[in-house]
Amino acid sequence: MGHIKLTNVAKSFGAIDVLHDINLEIADGEFVVFVGPSGCGKSTLLRMIAGLEKPTGGELAIDGKVVNTVPAADRGLAMVFQSYALYPHMSVRQNLAFGLENTKMPKAEIATRITEAARMLEIEHYLDRRPGQLSGGQRQRVAIGRAIVRRPVAFLLDEPLSNLDAELRGSTRAELAALHARLSATMIYVTHDQIEAMTLADRIVVLRAGRIEQIGTPMELYNSPANRFVAGFIGSPHMNFLEGSVEPSSSGMAVATFAGGNRLELPVAASSLVKGAPITLGVRPQHVSIGSGADGIAAKIKLVEALGSETILHTDVAGQKILVVAQGQHNLTPGADIRLSLSSAPLHLFNEKGRRLEHAV
Amino acid sequence: MSRAIEFVFRRKGGKGWHWTDIVTWVWLIVGLFVMFGPAVWLTASSFKSPAALAEFPPTILPYVTQKVTVEGYDKPLDLYTAALEDGSAATLAEVRRIGTVSQMVDPEKPTEIIKVNIAKRTPVRQMSFATENYTEPFTHFDFVRYLWNSVFVTVTATLITLVVNSMAAFALSKYEFRGRTFAMLLILATLMVPLSVIMVPLYSIVSALGLFNNLWGVILPTVATPTGVFILRQYMLTIPDELLDAARMDKASEWQIYWRIILPLTAPALAVLAIFSVVWRWNDFLWPLIVLSRKELYTLQVGLSIYSGELNVQWHFILAMTVVTMIPVVLVFLFLQRFITTGIAGTGLK
Repeated sequence: MGHIKLTNVAKSFGAIDVLHDINLEIADGEFVVFVGPSGCGKSTLLRMIAGLEKPTGGELAIDGKVVNTVPAADRGLAMVFQSYALYPHMSVRQNLAFGLENTKMPKAEIATRITEAARMLEIEHYLDRRPGQLSGGQRQRVAIGRAIVRRPVAFLLDEPLSNLDAELRGSTRAELAALHARLSATMIYVTHDQIEAMTLADRIVVLRAGRIEQIGTPMELYNSPANRFVAGFIGSPHMNFLEGSVEPSSSGMAVATFAGGNRLELPVAASSLVKGAPITLGVRPQHVSIGSGADGIAAKIKLVEALGSETILHTDVAGQKILVVAQGQHNLTPGADIRLSLSSAPLHLFNEKGRRLEHAV
Repeated sequence: MSRAIEFVFRRKGGKGWHWTDIVTWVWLIVGLFVMFGPAVWLTASSFKSPAALAEFPPTILPYVTQKVTVEGYDKPLDLYTAALEDGSAATLAEVRRIGTVSQMVDPEKPTEIIKVNIAKRTPVRQMSFATENYTEPFTHFDFVRYLWNSVFVTVTATLITLVVNSMAAFALSKYEFRGRTFAMLLILATLMVPLSVIMVPLYSIVSALGLFNNLWGVILPTVATPTGVFILRQYMLTIPDELLDAARMDKASEWQIYWRIILPLTAPALAVLAIFSVVWRWNDFLWPLIVLSRKELYTLQVGLSIYSGELNVQWHFILAMTVVTMIPVVLVFLFLQRFITTGIAGTGLK
């Protein structure tokens, strides 16, 4: 139940290819999040799994059965839409019942399923209201309820939290995680919000321009991004990138120079890199520390964002912007010169094509 | 009540008459006369006797000359106020008129004939409603049958119009297919072909189908209207596609999507089209006149033309029956008017 496999799936609208060669296997009960910038094809991919769009290439299988030509209704999936897509002229109860009535389910069974779902989502009190009389959060629950009553093999959720305010989004996110734990059903969730992706997912699929950039658990993506795009996309504030080139070195370790002539020893053997080759260093703002004395890299503070628990510094190192997240509160002002230290930071190295260079961190 | 008066007489800036206040008042009063004048005059005239209708200059309200029964005369005589030679005025009854001289009698002294120049007498008039204008057609003329024909044609044609046009609009707004825009343009282009151009071919089709002298021959050619398709399509474009996707995930067939999702949500636009269709079909004259030649199949509008004969037009009946035929249209408007604003506003670009 709920095992979904995509093999070389492709989709094009006319001459425009929106998805290329998607290979993905989703295990039963897994919570998979598709994440990526807008226009990357994540919603199209979800709609293709749902059966609302037909793939133009490849094979899509649910529980071992190829479903390329099976209509949406017969795939046994349920979908929660971004706009919720509740039928505005029907009461909440009718909204929940509509899909079940279409399967010619006995009335008593429909009633029990609705009661059960309503209790689970705490929407019993407004079963007889119309969607227009509900708040955003309540509508969201009804939309999820409409999916639950169908008892689908998998839930497809298309940016379900994007219409909620920040506070509600946080609590609903937790409820969704709890719901997944309780139903233990396969869930595929599309979002462009990396916090939702990181907190909810068993595995994250990062998409860009119709291609899968990386598939992995949230921590895999955070700790060892496969390329520069994933590194920049996951994590907030985003990772700092320093453009540099490989230098000849006397010791066994590789050395790179970057902006302002700063030299940095890399945690990788010199023999593994071509001298003079361009290289990109990635370092998360949280891992940059403020150095003392004359050690470290000279930087000028452009902007200070004090959040209380932490301070975000926008600094400038010879024309390159570097973000620093320093724990606690610091008495720093824009225009001041400071020293930044990368000595304890895990460094991510990317070659000129943006691919990750493997090394021991 | 005082608040209503205050509202009506509120002026710009609170006091004094600004020129925009005057323009507004004049504009609205002229508008009131232009819009309501003909309807009021029609209704008032429908209560006039044939003689009063032929009068010139015409009056708004129905007046008749007062009559009086005078001893020695069989028929009641018309009463006039006459200016006598001695300068006094008297109320006299006219016996007969010879040339420019009217022979009159005082109702009190019926034996004495007084001669008065017709320029020196004016009729004594009173308001009187000729209700027989309404009652007679119901008894002598097959009004009820015509009414039934009209109601049948209007209701059936409107229902079919709503179903057919909404189906076309559904396809043209919610399905992607090759030539969709072309089909829409083609439908809209038919707006430019007037009835008089297609009358003859339409007549041969109706005749070939054996619908001549049949109410269905009046109904069927009118049900598909480009205006209706356009209004409904523009409205349906505003219904989000995600609703249709949701219904598809909910195992709804395409027919169910149309019937249970699209139609209820299109209600405001459907109401507008319903009003239009009722008014069109109810007021239709030319086409029913062509298709229907048997008297018992006449619709009201065709039936009314009976009263205008070649030599004699019975205006009093025509006016009275026109008032009666206006009533259903007014009622439909009253019931559906709240949808008009939302519906017409909703057909704009969005």
